[in-house]
Amino acid sequence: MKLRDIIRVVEGKVLTEGVNLDMEISCAAGADLMSDVLAFAKPNALLLTGLVNPQVVRTAEMADIAAIVFVRGKMPGPETIALAREKGIPLIAAPYTMFEMCGRLYEAGMASCDLDTKQG
Amino acid sequence: MSQVPQITRIQELIYELPIERVVTRNVITVSPDTTMSELKEILRINRISGTPVVEGGRLVGIISIEDLIKALESGDIQAPVRERMATRVITVQANESVVEAVKKFAQYKVGRLPVVNEHGDLVGILTGGDITRGLLEAIGLDYHAEEISRYRARHIFEDIVSDQTGLILRYHIKPRDFTGGGSASSKIKRALDRLGAPPLIQRRVAIAAYEAEMNLIIHTDNGGELIAEIQPEVIRIVATDNGPGIADIEQAMQPGFSTAPNWIRELGFGAGMGLANIKKCSDSMKLESQVGVGTRLEIVIRIQPVMSSGNAARPSEGQQKQETS
Repeated sequence: MKLRDIIRVVEGKVLTEGVNLDMEISCAAGADLMSDVLAFAKPNALLLTGLVNPQVVRTAEMADIAAIVFVRGKMPGPETIALAREKGIPLIAAPYTMFEMCGRLYEAGMASCDLDTKQG
Repeated sequence: MSQVPQITRIQELIYELPIERVVTRNVITVSPDTTMSELKEILRINRISGTPVVEGGRLVGIISIEDLIKALESGDIQAPVRERMATRVITVQANESVVEAVKKFAQYKVGRLPVVNEHGDLVGILTGGDITRGLLEAIGLDYHAEEISRYRARHIFEDIVSDQTGLILRYHIKPRDFTGGGSASSKIKRALDRLGAPPLIQRRVAIAAYEAEMNLIIHTDNGGELIAEIQPEVIRIVATDNGPGIADIEQAMQPGFSTAPNWIRELGFGAGMGLANIKKCSDSMKLESQVGVGTRLEIVIRIQPVMSSGNAARPSEGQQKQETS
């Protein structure tokens, strides 16, 4: 799914400049535990999270996450935005809860980052 | 959110690039003793509309085709340039940045500016075209320099020959520096990218290093050291600290087991998955600890077949876990 379509589905607002809206996102993961994200998110995934600290961007950087959506209208601070800008990771703020956000994206056809069972 | 304007590379360059890098040198000049009649020929032959007037290297004035027309009208064509030139000349300094010239072009609505050095000697003439050309060249150079350093980094292991060549990156990690956490791992990841390591290897190293770095930040009294040793076929990450140490390593390795304080859990860390994640990303992992002394974590990730081949596959899961201690 293109980032442009994701933003439309979650009614999101882009918080960083120069975002390539035609970027293809392969799957999505929702988590507030960064170690969970590091453990199961796939490269080029979309991350939905309720955390807004700079470590969310660090986590995305390490795990090659393509973009981050903050749920429930949460706004990251300037440190988080500055780091995202530096690393070229788009940040999006959207108004719905994590549950509704996942539901909307799932319904729109977004794939889940499945657990790799071999690594169980 | 705060709306920080985005500064483009061009905008940066306008401030960074000195005028002396873009100015046209070896310009045609006349002396104050040149006659207006001689000037007419100089302007005609060189197809120019004006020229700086220089005496002993110093810029003393500027004379234009307009001054020549006035001299013709008043029948003063044999007069020396000295009597007809403009002496109050708007100039720019060679060591100023291009932005100063851009401002003067706009302010005085002139098409060209004489450029002088700190002694008032004429260095050359600057036009808008010079600035455009200079900026384009600088961007090209930037790009080129980046390409060259990338190329050099990729071939470092071929250029430097020894029985075992390795690159050691050492980072001091401060305790409880949550905001800065991950900057060392970020630099390690970037180094691997420059060295041409395959993206999946970069990712595994980055995740393992990041978890180890966060552990140093969250759990140690005095911080610790994160070291990445990069060799053509293997990457070793070592995290060491001097306390407090882990009482039961087997328990610490259990996914979900955690001793992290609440504040760190609220920030999304300390769920007891760090060591499990590290293990998953590594080909082998060794954790040694003694309470009151310190902890040493060693992570090994192999690159197959060699770095810079660009398409090495991730080893199979079976292979990965064999060497885990």
